[in-house]
Amino acid sequence: MIRRALRSFGEFWWNFLIGDTPEFFFVTIVVVVVAYALHRERTVGVIVLPVIVLGALALSTLRVRARK
Amino acid sequence: MGIVRTSDVVLIVTVFAASLVEMVEALTLVVAAGTTRGWRSALEGVAAALVVLSTLVLAIGVPLIHYVPINTLRVVVGAMLLLLGMGWLRKAWLRSSDLKAKHDEDQVFRDTVSRLSSTAKPAAGRDGVAFAIAFKGVFLEGTEVVLIVISLGASSHRLGLATLAALGAVVVVAVAGLVLVRQLSVVPENTLKAIVGVFLCSFGLFWVGEGSGMGWPGHDASLLVLIGIFAASTLVAGRALRRDSVAP
Repeated sequence: MIRRALRSFGEFWWNFLIGDTPEFFFVTIVVVVVAYALHRERTVGVIVLPVIVLGALALSTLRVRARK
Repeated sequence: MGIVRTSDVVLIVTVFAASLVEMVEALTLVVAAGTTRGWRSALEGVAAALVVLSTLVLAIGVPLIHYVPINTLRVVVGAMLLLLGMGWLRKAWLRSSDLKAKHDEDQVFRDTVSRLSSTAKPAAGRDGVAFAIAFKGVFLEGTEVVLIVISLGASSHRLGLATLAALGAVVVVAVAGLVLVRQLSVVPENTLKAIVGVFLCSFGLFWVGEGSGMGWPGHDASLLVLIGIFAASTLVAGRALRRDSVAP
């Protein structure tokens, strides 16, 4: 029972973090790294961070469309 | 009287909308279990799941607030919200252009009812199948709500407010369930999911920026700008993808 619970727990986090969109996991790491790197360059940061997220969303969506 | 902050209002709306969407999905399974197998066991399953979920909020959320440094918490929570939000928003973009099938609660209801009707009911006592379906529905859909409540509540030190917003959604869905019963498709679930995706991405990016020390100009007010950016992008992306999908 404990093994099953641990497996379900692991599966939940795998699906949550990676799932069928591993690109979002890597983009999230990139966003965090960039935010720390630009913490003294706020003007650049407030433009770059949303652009990274929107770029990732667009690419991921286009990838699905290309597959269809 | 305390001052109402922009982030509090956005927090309430985000948690409420996310909980509403997830609880509508859970309600479909509960109503299906209740009408085909009996309400008593289904409602016992709901109660058990709500107890487990509330315990999770207390057991994880309260220590997070007290023992994890606030900036670290904000970056981690922001990253999680961003990850969750991008997933919701991507689905919304795909659904708006029919690249992904829209979620149809009526179809889920019909499928669940037909599955539950095919197994025998116990002559007396608790119906384990109804209990399990209702418990699983509320617990699985509620886990994401718990994650959002803990993330948003802990990062802004508003765990109580976030919990109340989620409970408010549970009450609204329960009342709506009593009124609508089988017509769950009237809830604009796909639109709500897009709105939640916009809010989660905005909150996620906001907390990563705040926690990393970068900060956003105008602090809480910048949340509204981020919401505007993600909402406008969702509208533009939806239109562009729809136009492409109908073009010869």
